[in-house]
Amino acid sequence: MTNRHPPVGDFATDFDHTDPAWVADPYPIWEDLRQRCPVAHSGRYGGAWLPLTHDLVSEVAYDHEHFTSRSVVVSERRPGPDDLPAPIGVSPPISSDPPYHGLVRRMLLPAFTPKPVAALEPFTRDLCRELLAATDGRPSFDAAVEYAQHIPVRVIVRFLGFPQSDADMFRSIIRLVLEEVDLPPDEREERFGEVDDYMDAQIEDHRAHPRDDLTSFLLDAEIGGHKLPVEQIRGTMVLLMVAGIDTTWSAIGASLWHLAQHPEDRRRLAAEPQLMDTALEEFLRAYAPVTMARLVATDFDFHGHPFKEGDWLLLPFPAANRDPAAFENAGLVQLDRAQNRHAAFGLGRHRCLGSNLARMELRVALQEWLARYPDFELSDAAAVRWSAGQVRGPRTLPVTILGDGR
Amino acid sequence: MTHASYRVHVDPDKCQGHNRCYSVSPELFDLDDLGMSSEVGAGLVPADLIGRARLAVANCPEQAISLTEATEATEAAEAVPARAEAQP
Repeated sequence: MTNRHPPVGDFATDFDHTDPAWVADPYPIWEDLRQRCPVAHSGRYGGAWLPLTHDLVSEVAYDHEHFTSRSVVVSERRPGPDDLPAPIGVSPPISSDPPYHGLVRRMLLPAFTPKPVAALEPFTRDLCRELLAATDGRPSFDAAVEYAQHIPVRVIVRFLGFPQSDADMFRSIIRLVLEEVDLPPDEREERFGEVDDYMDAQIEDHRAHPRDDLTSFLLDAEIGGHKLPVEQIRGTMVLLMVAGIDTTWSAIGASLWHLAQHPEDRRRLAAEPQLMDTALEEFLRAYAPVTMARLVATDFDFHGHPFKEGDWLLLPFPAANRDPAAFENAGLVQLDRAQNRHAAFGLGRHRCLGSNLARMELRVALQEWLARYPDFELSDAAAVRWSAGQVRGPRTLPVTILGDGR
Repeated sequence: MTHASYRVHVDPDKCQGHNRCYSVSPELFDLDDLGMSSEVGAGLVPADLIGRARLAVANCPEQAISLTEATEATEAAEAVPARAEAQP
């Protein structure tokens, strides 16, 4: 995306997560800030904070008194008086606070436990094989565009019961929500209206023709004996779509990016399939895609920093995962790391609802890739492009297939 | 003869359903309908699963799991009602 903001001088006092330096490689920036601050501030987006250590990130994640999840994507626009109030928010339960949050979450959790997720595994495996078969005979191709991105889109589209042919439109919705955060508010508003219209059409279709999918599940669901209001169903559907696609695409892409550059890890993982359990968690730790956000709920002093009601706070779980105080050799990727209490899926009550689904997709995607292409490398390291915003992953990943795989 | 025995416990107020413990050791942990974890039975850890129990503790992002040493006497005293519960 084109950056509409001036370049950052000092990230400690003027950080911007859409700055090209951050987008290209945030890890040295975080390491520097962790030592210097470790809570950075920015006047951008109307005022924002950034804690960098695992301890501080945990503290915020567990604090529902001083922080609200009413909006979790930092943009130029804060929730206003016309938006749903804090206990619910625009896309429950990610945007909800306790106690309402717990009610919505309990309603959704049964759909995301290992058992229903396992039911999606054969579809996912077939899909991966089909995508790889389409690359057959080509010495190089874009692994992010032609492989990684299609997997979560098509899995979540199947899960929600939307037409598979709408997959491309889903990707543009996701870009709007997660990446185009510096669009003028009016333009952003108008684009969100189009998303709502699409969701309304899906809801109507599912009301008329109920079926065994997540959309029908949401239409049937009750909280406290009441069906959910349509704007809440819409919000939750957008959330599941947005949260379920870009994130997993990023995790698969980042793992392949790592393997493309580390022949020893690649060979080891191909030779020792049982290593996948720890390797998966290590990829999630080292390349955690998701940075969350909170709004400060009330004026208070946070470790000497004057937090004001309405300030943004970026909650960088990926930075927490690289904190040397919490992880030995935090900057090294060790596929057999046995003790790995990473926070890639967040901490506390907002733990990623889809973590079981994401893990299944990542595992199957890597297993199938390595079975087909055990040896590969980056075609051009400089051509790799990373997404901007709160979800980090390669959006362009040109790879060259080596050895017999060609 | 006395020997050290261990008990594993998931704090239900801390567990958020990451399922890391369950994937490390399905023998020691169980998931409910919401995907939240609890120890199997009274949480007594067979000698050959101590390593797995330690890994479950070390990998829980919420630090919800405790592993405590129990004497044989407390083990015997506390295991009985738990077994009774398991077979109503």
